[in-house]
Amino acid sequence: MSAIAERAAGAQRTVLGFWIYLMTDCVLFATLFATYAVQRNSTNGGPGGAALFDLPYVLVETMLLLTSSFTCGLAVIALQRRNKQLLLRMLAVTFVLGLAFVGLEFNEFRYLVTEGNDWQRSGFLSAYFTLVATHGLHICVGLLWALVLGVQIWRRGLGGNTVKRMTLFSMFWHFLDVVWIFIFSVVYLWSGRL
Amino acid sequence: MTPMFAGLLGRFTLDALPHDLVTAFGALTIVGAGVGALALITITHRWKWLWKEWITTVDPKRIGLMYVIISLLMLLRGASDALLMRAQQALSAGDAAGIVDANHFQQIFSAHGTIMIFFVAMGLLFGLINLIMPLQIGSRDVAFPVLNAASFWLFFGGMALVNLSLVVGEFSAAGWLAYPPLSELQFSPGTGVDYWIWSLQISGIGSLLSAINFVTTILTMRAPGMTLMKMPMFVWTVLGSMLMVAFAFPILTATLTMLALDRTMGMHFFTAAAGGNPMMYVNLIWAWGHPEVYILILPAFGIYSEVVATFARKRLFGYVSMVWATMAIVLLSFIVWLHHFFTMGAGADVNAFFGIMTMIIAIPTGVKIFNWLFTMYRGRIKFATPMLWFMGFVAIFTIGGMAGVLMAIPPVDFQLHNSLFLVAHFHMMIVGGVVFGFFAGLTYWFPKIFGFKLNERLGRYAFSCWFGGFLLAFVPLHILGLMGATRRLDHYDASLGWQQLFIVAGVGVLLIGLGVVFQVLQLVVSILQRDKNRDLTGDPWNGRTLEWSTTSPAPSYNFATIPVVADRDAFWVRKHQRSAQPAPEYEAIIVPRNTSVGLVIGLLAFGFGFAVIWHMWLLAVACLIGLVVTIIMRAQNDNTERTLSAATIAKFEARTSEVTA
Repeated sequence: MSAIAERAAGAQRTVLGFWIYLMTDCVLFATLFATYAVQRNSTNGGPGGAALFDLPYVLVETMLLLTSSFTCGLAVIALQRRNKQLLLRMLAVTFVLGLAFVGLEFNEFRYLVTEGNDWQRSGFLSAYFTLVATHGLHICVGLLWALVLGVQIWRRGLGGNTVKRMTLFSMFWHFLDVVWIFIFSVVYLWSGRL
Repeated sequence: MTPMFAGLLGRFTLDALPHDLVTAFGALTIVGAGVGALALITITHRWKWLWKEWITTVDPKRIGLMYVIISLLMLLRGASDALLMRAQQALSAGDAAGIVDANHFQQIFSAHGTIMIFFVAMGLLFGLINLIMPLQIGSRDVAFPVLNAASFWLFFGGMALVNLSLVVGEFSAAGWLAYPPLSELQFSPGTGVDYWIWSLQISGIGSLLSAINFVTTILTMRAPGMTLMKMPMFVWTVLGSMLMVAFAFPILTATLTMLALDRTMGMHFFTAAAGGNPMMYVNLIWAWGHPEVYILILPAFGIYSEVVATFARKRLFGYVSMVWATMAIVLLSFIVWLHHFFTMGAGADVNAFFGIMTMIIAIPTGVKIFNWLFTMYRGRIKFATPMLWFMGFVAIFTIGGMAGVLMAIPPVDFQLHNSLFLVAHFHMMIVGGVVFGFFAGLTYWFPKIFGFKLNERLGRYAFSCWFGGFLLAFVPLHILGLMGATRRLDHYDASLGWQQLFIVAGVGVLLIGLGVVFQVLQLVVSILQRDKNRDLTGDPWNGRTLEWSTTSPAPSYNFATIPVVADRDAFWVRKHQRSAQPAPEYEAIIVPRNTSVGLVIGLLAFGFGFAVIWHMWLLAVACLIGLVVTIIMRAQNDNTERTLSAATIAKFEARTSEVTA
């Protein structure tokens, strides 16, 4: 096999490997979701979801994340058109939207903790904080990734590994979006109030 | 203590160092072995060689060998735990106190199970996959060589934590699966359970990354012509096993994290109070744990399939049914976990479902047993050592499997749950199935790995001792279980009449110990006589699959020219075609450069685990930042490959064929 064919096959392998990784992450989240479903009513005499969750606030978070997924998709289109400027701009927008999401989530957590409803309060809150924060941690990793990737593309252009890495990043980001849809439905819609 | 100081030292004090005789002896052994090894390397000036050839290697064959060496060392440690347990139970009837106290006994059986499953069986599994699978599919490498090295060093980091617990602190006394609420902070306030959590977490993440790597390798890097239904049986079983790792190990990761959050952040997932649910832990841990059993046994099945076909000198009987049986087991293994706790009280319907599923899983397993027997039927069987391990396996595993079907009946299980009958059953499966399989594999592929065969006579002695010793050790445990002896007893009443049987079991373990002595002797003698037993052809057993088509040991690039496959048993077919092979045309090969990234990731993960165990938060944060920085730096490095020119390969190949001639 020639060196170029070898490299193309290698990139395809990485994409497949990353897909399998995402599926393992899916199982990880599934475990946390199952745990949450079991613990949902284990409030230990404390407040449940209906008393704690503020749906309009979470809807704003959701919209931010969904929009960031859209701009991430635009970044991939820019990548296919080999438009470096547009790609960087879209990646930056994705980053800012993601950062805003994390900020809102952090604020929500801070509010819960200052009201005395922290993760030590009940089995329900342990499961809630762990599930939502695991997603948030993934988003933080994604933000760091976007930052490193952006700098790399800005300095080196669209050659070598950057195309492959941008593809992987967009898979990761869309995956986190899907997980958030489930969190929004299972955690917030199931017991939230308007 | 100032906050700064607490961040550095956490809850570590001098009390953490060993104080009593047994632990001090263990600690001294570990420290002594470590210092001795380091001194030996320094005296013989091997550091540079060790660093360049082994520590920074990304060659799956070398990584595989490191897995095997560490696992065999850990086998010695796990076996000495077994010896201690058998000695304790043989001596502790009535007023006799035995040799260790209750707390120690609990640590010993917890360590025995943890080490044997995670650091012996899993290590041997990944070792053999690394050593053989790329060769069997006619590939030069795995899909992600550096990730593979990182997996190994994560395994190493986890292993180091288990051993460190002997020296600093203590090990878990909550059994090998650490059921809460016993494993919660309230009842196990020491560092033991934390050591257990983090050693498993770190090595478990290594296993998960390996699985992603191997599934990708098998799906995308097979030699041209090797369709899925032409893959060697070992490759099929590795594929099944690694798919299970990919879908089961994330459950372990999540469960361990939740237990760790309970213990370090005061959460209430599995606590007995404040809305925690200990039964959920038991469900989750077995949702991983039951597939884990099949993760171990499937590749052993693959090894037996290779061994029996080679030594019966016949094509494997029922290949297609074997593939389907393997994949059926993969699927079924995820829907039987509840049979580990029928007694929890899930209700008759749930128990009936899981009982029936458990019985059904015996069907594909039975298909496999009969396929092997039919492969032997009318074959010209050569009773080499790997074949002996295989036949020992068939006997033990079939009986143990039938005991398993018996226990799948919930009312029967209510009687036998947590009894020594259960302990005997799963040792029949894991020792008789997995360990015998890996021994068969190691003996069978030893010449491929080292270039010379193992001594057959000493191998036969070792097998005989293991086989006889195993039955002597575990048949009495079945009887004791039926007599009512529960597992994990450090002491029992003399009037129960159990002591004679415990003594017989103890003698059995001594006989297994003799088998281990023969295995060590076999290795030493074989190394001394290596010139006599050298394998110059690359095909010492008249093998059938591609790994035998290259030299022994295989060159770093495995194959100078990638083989083209037209049939199952690709090498066998080619050997018997007698058509003239075209003169090989060599081409340049791109190989990954050695790198220390894997080592650094493993060390930092180890440091992070250690820091969290001891609540040294500053160190933990530093290690985490180090991990992130390492990965980012690696991403900046584009110079990760080098090219072996065609001329280099031609020269190398000419030299090996000269030696052969």
